[in-house]
Amino acid sequence: MSQQTGASPSDVRQFHPRARAAIENPKIRRNFRSAMDGLMSKRRNAFSGWDLEALRDLGAAIRQNALAQLPDLLEQLEAKLTENGVRVHWAEDGEQACRIVLDICQARKARSVIKGKSMVSEEMDLNHYLEARDIEALESDLGEYIVQLAHETPSHIIMPAIHKNTGEISELMHEKTGTERSDDVEYLTASARQQLREKFMAADVGISGVNFAVAQTGTLCLVENEGNGRMTTTVPPCHIAVTGIEKVVPTLEDVTALLALLTRSATGQHITTYVNMISGPRKTEELDGPEEVHLVLVDNGRSGIYQDDQLLDTLRCIRCGACMNHCPVYTRIGGHAYGTTYPGPIGKILMPHLLGLDETRHLPSASSLCGACGEVCPVKIPIPDLLVRLRQESVNGDQLHPARVRGHGSKRHAGEALAWKTWQWVHAHPAAYRMGTALASRFNRLQPGKLGAWTRFRTAPRLASKTLHQRLKERDS
Amino acid sequence: MADTIKLYPPKPDKVYFYGTCLIDLFYPDAGMAGIQLLEREGIEVVFPEDQTCCGQPAWTSGYHDEARKVARSQLSLFPEDWPIVVPSGSCGGMMRKHYPQLFRDTPEAPLAAEVAGRVWELTDFLLNVCHIKLKDLGSPATVAMHTSCSARRELGLAETGPRLLAQLEQVTLAEQVRPEECCGFGGTFAVRHGDISGAMVAEKVEALTDSGASTFVTTDCGCLMNISGYAEKNRKPLQGQHILSFLWERTGDKPEGSS
Repeated sequence: MSQQTGASPSDVRQFHPRARAAIENPKIRRNFRSAMDGLMSKRRNAFSGWDLEALRDLGAAIRQNALAQLPDLLEQLEAKLTENGVRVHWAEDGEQACRIVLDICQARKARSVIKGKSMVSEEMDLNHYLEARDIEALESDLGEYIVQLAHETPSHIIMPAIHKNTGEISELMHEKTGTERSDDVEYLTASARQQLREKFMAADVGISGVNFAVAQTGTLCLVENEGNGRMTTTVPPCHIAVTGIEKVVPTLEDVTALLALLTRSATGQHITTYVNMISGPRKTEELDGPEEVHLVLVDNGRSGIYQDDQLLDTLRCIRCGACMNHCPVYTRIGGHAYGTTYPGPIGKILMPHLLGLDETRHLPSASSLCGACGEVCPVKIPIPDLLVRLRQESVNGDQLHPARVRGHGSKRHAGEALAWKTWQWVHAHPAAYRMGTALASRFNRLQPGKLGAWTRFRTAPRLASKTLHQRLKERDS
Repeated sequence: MADTIKLYPPKPDKVYFYGTCLIDLFYPDAGMAGIQLLEREGIEVVFPEDQTCCGQPAWTSGYHDEARKVARSQLSLFPEDWPIVVPSGSCGGMMRKHYPQLFRDTPEAPLAAEVAGRVWELTDFLLNVCHIKLKDLGSPATVAMHTSCSARRELGLAETGPRLLAQLEQVTLAEQVRPEECCGFGGTFAVRHGDISGAMVAEKVEALTDSGASTFVTTDCGCLMNISGYAEKNRKPLQGQHILSFLWERTGDKPEGSS
């Protein structure tokens, strides 16, 4: 773990100091602002000429439909994959998923693993788990490779090294691999590719993520741009795919709409350079492909989310990253400040379920509820509504709808609760409200000039000398 | 949230005016301007005296019991079937979009849904229900506009403010970078996450001043006190005004009783 920017599990409690440090770091501010501006504009262009609202409606409907029959689809997926020769494993949490991967590796006496990009494996902290057991795990996605060289964690779910500019990457590669310093992206990429090629050929096991798992056909879909996903899943003799249980969809037809939304929302591409459709191990008459394919289906808190009709919407996510690209908070603080596997708006609504609301108590409030995330979400997850729900959960704020997320109520403090009770009393008693506000306006010169964090950046708002209530009363009398 | 189809009512004889707590306390001129704009359109404006706050601050802070109690005290203020106009996208969004959520599983749910369906943000109402035609009496001016996120996204009103301004012949609307980006207000967010909010408002003020305008108008008093407060504290050449005050000043007299 890097001391500076990489996240460790306990860092999520340190959200405030980390956010502040990021805001005061001009390099982080510049790197994220320019990257996010670019991604927003690419997305806009990619959807131009499309009926985006209709496509988002379709995407939302496909995901809702899939989630509505999730248990059945998972059973169907398992049966079909098994028929195709893929071995299916179920993991309740990250630890168990790591154990499953380790067992597969050890049974094959594997010493080296090459990895395609997988956020679920980040969730599992798989690399450290394997390395602690003498199995080398090397990231082959260029961004992940850079992040791994720097002993950091991804700062974005699609572009893991987006917090670094070319100069920083060049310096890092020079220091760690002896690559000549260069500001030529092509050169740096070719150099990394060269080093990775050798590792691909020598790897005992390839580990990848999954974008969509198709129940009807038992197909694992994987999109990527570098060919590393194709290599990871075909060159080593054994391929292990890891994914969350929510990634399953009924049919291949469902994938077409989701794919159109995913690549455009994520990077503004009409399609990625590679779209892998993995349907099983090498057959006897085939010349290449792995002899063994496994799928590890990871729950890790997801079935808990599934129990709640509103929170369920969280599971629609197809991990495009558009919510973070458009988030004014993420743009200011970058991905590492969150201290979580998934940063940005999706992280704020997903991580509380994975880590508990006590650990993540600062996340749901770290939003102005501007709605930019919900507006661009390709599957229409009502992210602002879910943030409000989690705020309620974190203070146990609704007796009619009791909180249920693990660690709920951890943000409730007697002082704040009393302040809201007082606020409620005043505003639910109109006569008292009128008297109080009239008095405050009458003595508006006495109002405090300092109002905590507000006046660190702004002047205090000034009470008018007469309220609108008073003005109208005078006018109409 | 499910999108609902918006059907504008015919122009009514009477409306309820829901002034909002920020306007009541800090910007009563904007409230007076809104009322006078409506009256000039021949509409009788009824201001229920027992109005206080829509409940949004508690709602977005997670204190839904408290929000519900305050909102419940407001639900009964609109017994006639007249439209309820609100000079704020934020409070309008709370009443129109979130009251049904807030009163879910309560006996007031039908009433909340009925009230929510009658709530209109005032610039939307002036433009699309009153079909207002503004006659500009002012001298040439350039202004920038900040549409609140709640007006823009929750209520889908990104264009109403600019379209009203476009009716003013002597007014030029200045272009700004990232007009759709949040100013960083977000209610208690501005205090709970002061550093982030501060960074956001700093960039919003920069975008507005870089537009070349020295005045900006906005649909919401939260954004107004945030942006103006930052500009004032940091001595930036930027003055803010609620769009209703601006429209009234350009097309009529100063609000009555204004100091």
